[in-house]
Amino acid sequence: MAERRRSRRGARGALIGVAVVYVGGLILLPLVTLVGGAFADGAGAFFRAILHPDALHALAVTGLMVASAVVLNAVFGTLAAWILVRDRFPGRKVLSALVDVPFAVSPVIAGFVLIELFGKGGLLRPLSDALGVQIAFALPGMVLATTFVSLPFVIREVMPVLEEIGTDQEKAAYTLGAPALLTFRKVTLPAIRWGLYYGITLTAARAIGEFGAVLVVSGGVAGRTETATSFVYRALEDRNDTGANAMALVLSAASIGLLLAMDALKHRRAAVSTKEVAS
Amino acid sequence: MRLSSFRLRGPPSIGHPARGLNVVAATASDGARAPARRRSRALPWGLYGLRATAVLYLGVLVLIPIAVIARSGLEGGVVAMGKALAHPFVRSALLLTLETAAVMAVINAVMGTLIAYVLVRYRFPGRKVLNVLIDLPFSIPTLVAGLMIVALFGPEAPLGRALSGAGLQVLYAPPAIVLALLFVTLPIVVRAVEPVLAEVDVAEEEAARTLGASDVYTFRKVVLPAISPAIVTGTLLGFARALGEFGSIVVVAGNLPRRSLTASVFVFGEVEAGETVSASAMSLVLVGISFFVLLAVSAYEKRKGVRRG
Repeated sequence: MAERRRSRRGARGALIGVAVVYVGGLILLPLVTLVGGAFADGAGAFFRAILHPDALHALAVTGLMVASAVVLNAVFGTLAAWILVRDRFPGRKVLSALVDVPFAVSPVIAGFVLIELFGKGGLLRPLSDALGVQIAFALPGMVLATTFVSLPFVIREVMPVLEEIGTDQEKAAYTLGAPALLTFRKVTLPAIRWGLYYGITLTAARAIGEFGAVLVVSGGVAGRTETATSFVYRALEDRNDTGANAMALVLSAASIGLLLAMDALKHRRAAVSTKEVAS
Repeated sequence: MRLSSFRLRGPPSIGHPARGLNVVAATASDGARAPARRRSRALPWGLYGLRATAVLYLGVLVLIPIAVIARSGLEGGVVAMGKALAHPFVRSALLLTLETAAVMAVINAVMGTLIAYVLVRYRFPGRKVLNVLIDLPFSIPTLVAGLMIVALFGPEAPLGRALSGAGLQVLYAPPAIVLALLFVTLPIVVRAVEPVLAEVDVAEEEAARTLGASDVYTFRKVVLPAISPAIVTGTLLGFARALGEFGSIVVVAGNLPRRSLTASVFVFGEVEAGETVSASAMSLVLVGISFFVLLAVSAYEKRKGVRRG
């Protein structure tokens, strides 16, 4: 019996060891190598690389992408989630299944589609011409691409929360005479808050990291339509390793920040839902 | 991306249509009746507006891409498309993509299950850090993930030098593609299996052991049946995700036709070169395979009654 127990403890140690070594080797080691690479030529070179006008501009463009994708997907994503959960109309199930399409479509293909739509002789080119905006090879196209690839996050996070909270409180508010918008603001929004924040964090992470779709749509013109990720790509092509590593490090720092935010939100969300179950 | 958690929900359980709200409002007390009736007339318009916006938002962003690929793929006719697909570069790129994704999926199924088991069943120092690290691929740009692999296995890096000295070429070859895919999809299986495993009662495992079953036998007969649907689902979702992966692969693969050029990178090259027909032909095939996998997943879930959450 004692021998059994010893062998089980051995198995426990071995399994933990394998998991730690695997994750350490696959995730942590590359991360550490990247940090080392960024500072390989000293901190001075790192700051010179990251303060280069092209680099700063690329960061600003990425910031714009993140802000647009977050705002668009937070507003329309919440609306879509609400409609998909609360409303009943023919085609709702199909629509609900379509939400995941951006995950099934390669970002490169998404970018290609935008070029086909808004490029020369594109299907929707007359529309964008009539509106006087250039979409392909310009910022609006990049915003569309980023919004597309990060579309499902808010919807998929908000939908289950809406299902869980049910309609009792909303109905109560209606019964007491509250108009729809007030009900949403005072009853629905506080309830879905944590799911929404979590979805927004995922959206932001995806938007920061988006590369394929944006690269195809933008044409990657340095200093104009270049995002932080396409900056890294061009720096690699130009054998500007310091620039690539420096920008990659900044991107990693941002995504680790978002990761910690996700972790905190996850606990927060879990705490809220267990409290609701308990009460 | 966080495929695991949101794909892991049960079917909608609430059947209250929004219009039901008006019914309640209209049958409320007498005092509330008049404003309620006004609202019940006012709300449908608002509701239709909201509904139209949501449908348009999803429809425009999601349906149009599919239509566009199909249209440009078939522009030159089915024959031209078939010809484009028969090109040896296209076939080898497609094959390489499927092969690397399959190898990744097998490794992921085993390691993802193991990691989930360790995270759920054991408490040890560093567990929290491990738990957070696993989600890193969801938040880190895939291009940066590729860059990390280059930094690790490049010709100047100690590890890369040692491996190529041993005759094993990792970078700019299929192994680097598998590595990149493993990095990018790591959380998917782990996060799919974790919640299901957490619901398996430890007491069942202990009962099996008390009755004399070995650890391996206990795992196979008690734990595995409960979590295998989650493993299958997670693995397939990771596979679908891998088919479209671009950012990390374009950096690590070297992208030599017939050797290390994957389907997504092929599409990228064709778009850049203005080769619309072969770009859309390949896109159509890729999207088709992904859709098939996603449909298979949802059919499998329905059959197995997988409860996600």
